[in-house]
Amino acid sequence: MKKLILSTAALAVSAGVAFADNHGKTVRLGTEGAYAPWNFVNDAGEIDGFERELGDELCKRAELTCEWVKNEWDTIIPNLVSGNYDAIIAGMSITDERDEVIDFTQPYTPPDPSAYLAMSPDVDLENGVIAAQATTIQAAFVAEQGWTVVEFPTPEETVAAVKSGEADAVLADKSFLDTMVGSDGLVMLERMEAIGGGVGMGFRESDAELRDMFDAAIQSMKDDGTLNEMIAKWEVASQW
Amino acid sequence: MFSYCTDPSTLEGLTWLSCYLTTGKHMGFYLSFVTVIVLLLITAPVALLFGFAGASAARSRFLPLSLLGKTYTAIVRGVPDIAFFMFFVIALDQAFEYLRHKVKCPDWSEPVRQGNDFVVCAQAKLPLSTSPQWVHETYGFALAVLTFSIVFGAFAANVLYGAMRAVPRAQLETAEAYGMSTRQTFWRILVPQMWIYALPGLSNLWMILVKATPLLFLLGVEDIVYWARELGGTKTARFSDYPHGNWHAIYFFGLLVFYLMLTSVSERIFKRITRRLSHGQATAAGEAQRKAVQ
Repeated sequence: MKKLILSTAALAVSAGVAFADNHGKTVRLGTEGAYAPWNFVNDAGEIDGFERELGDELCKRAELTCEWVKNEWDTIIPNLVSGNYDAIIAGMSITDERDEVIDFTQPYTPPDPSAYLAMSPDVDLENGVIAAQATTIQAAFVAEQGWTVVEFPTPEETVAAVKSGEADAVLADKSFLDTMVGSDGLVMLERMEAIGGGVGMGFRESDAELRDMFDAAIQSMKDDGTLNEMIAKWEVASQW
Repeated sequence: MFSYCTDPSTLEGLTWLSCYLTTGKHMGFYLSFVTVIVLLLITAPVALLFGFAGASAARSRFLPLSLLGKTYTAIVRGVPDIAFFMFFVIALDQAFEYLRHKVKCPDWSEPVRQGNDFVVCAQAKLPLSTSPQWVHETYGFALAVLTFSIVFGAFAANVLYGAMRAVPRAQLETAEAYGMSTRQTFWRILVPQMWIYALPGLSNLWMILVKATPLLFLLGVEDIVYWARELGGTKTARFSDYPHGNWHAIYFFGLLVFYLMLTSVSERIFKRITRRLSHGQATAAGEAQRKAVQ
């Protein structure tokens, strides 16, 4: 990637014209497509949601052409570092463990508490079984508390486990659970957990230039208030 | 798809269902059935070819070649499928990109491995990141065919190796007595006769291959199980015009019917092939056929 920019620059200089824009450069954005309202597949079979709208707007501001790619959550980081796509935009919380493997932009949503969903408001979390999506901050949190955690590959299955009685409660981002409250008698517990450091886009560590482009675009959306509008529209997080 | 589908919330019964079953998402689901069948139809002959090559190599009197054939079957059969699909494919993809990188960008100074990252120059990317999504999908599909073929080829090699040894020695001796060379004996006597011994094993492999297709999603190809899981999930009115509860059971029942039909059709085809191959063979079935005609 760096090489491409360098060689295009060299080409431009040798041709006597200095191009500075990236217009036409294609960036592939990887997402899960199973985490409404962040990202999901709509009726037409396309990727939709808060991050679809955000990603498209960021690409417009950075003057990049963006292409959306669906990838399973479990392998979303390995496939980024091996180069199948160029960025992760999948409701991924910025954590130290992940930061060792990939690089993050500044967060585009502020850190929000995670919430519990259960069939009754008085479940005993400490001695119960908690469902969480595998390799998420919530799964790590439950394991750290020494409680019993069952992990599932998709968010949908974590909620299904509570409905079927396999788990007593599910711990996940509040905005995701908000879409499920009330269905089949699911209630949200009052207890919340403050975990995670906001949600950002992930890039390969060797791709600093691309990351800086998106970082600048996120900053400009924060500055002119469009990011807050988008957050409010999709009800994904609290405001900046 | 239909003109009356503009406002699904007002629809009921069959009209609702007709709109629901023709959404873009369902079209993707139907297309994935074609993907799976095409994959099977391409993979089966390619795997058989790998198997035949492996078995012939293992039988070779030239030691390195026979070792190669035996190592291939032993290693690939020993590695769990899922590990093979997760690591081998990434390694294969990176090997291709590395070779292209060496050819296309000879004066690249940075290392290809940077920490966890695998970085090749943009021209060496496979497919190019500027390629449309369908090129990426076709490439993923081709990788899947290749990987399936290598894995199932190893099993097929073992089956064919056994089948080649099952052909009665008397047949080969007769061929030699008629003055046929080793090559002639192999192609004219051994190969035509071995299939009947290989068929039970090969039909087993085919059935296992049919059931292994959900591994496709590990390679980024959206197969029928992925779509059934996605479509059957709970849909709320906020994100879909067709809200419904958890319909996994219905969709997976549909898959069950599909797989059962596929195996039952295969079963029938294999029966027919067995009958055909038994004709004139020195086996119990061939003998029975001969007697029936008399």
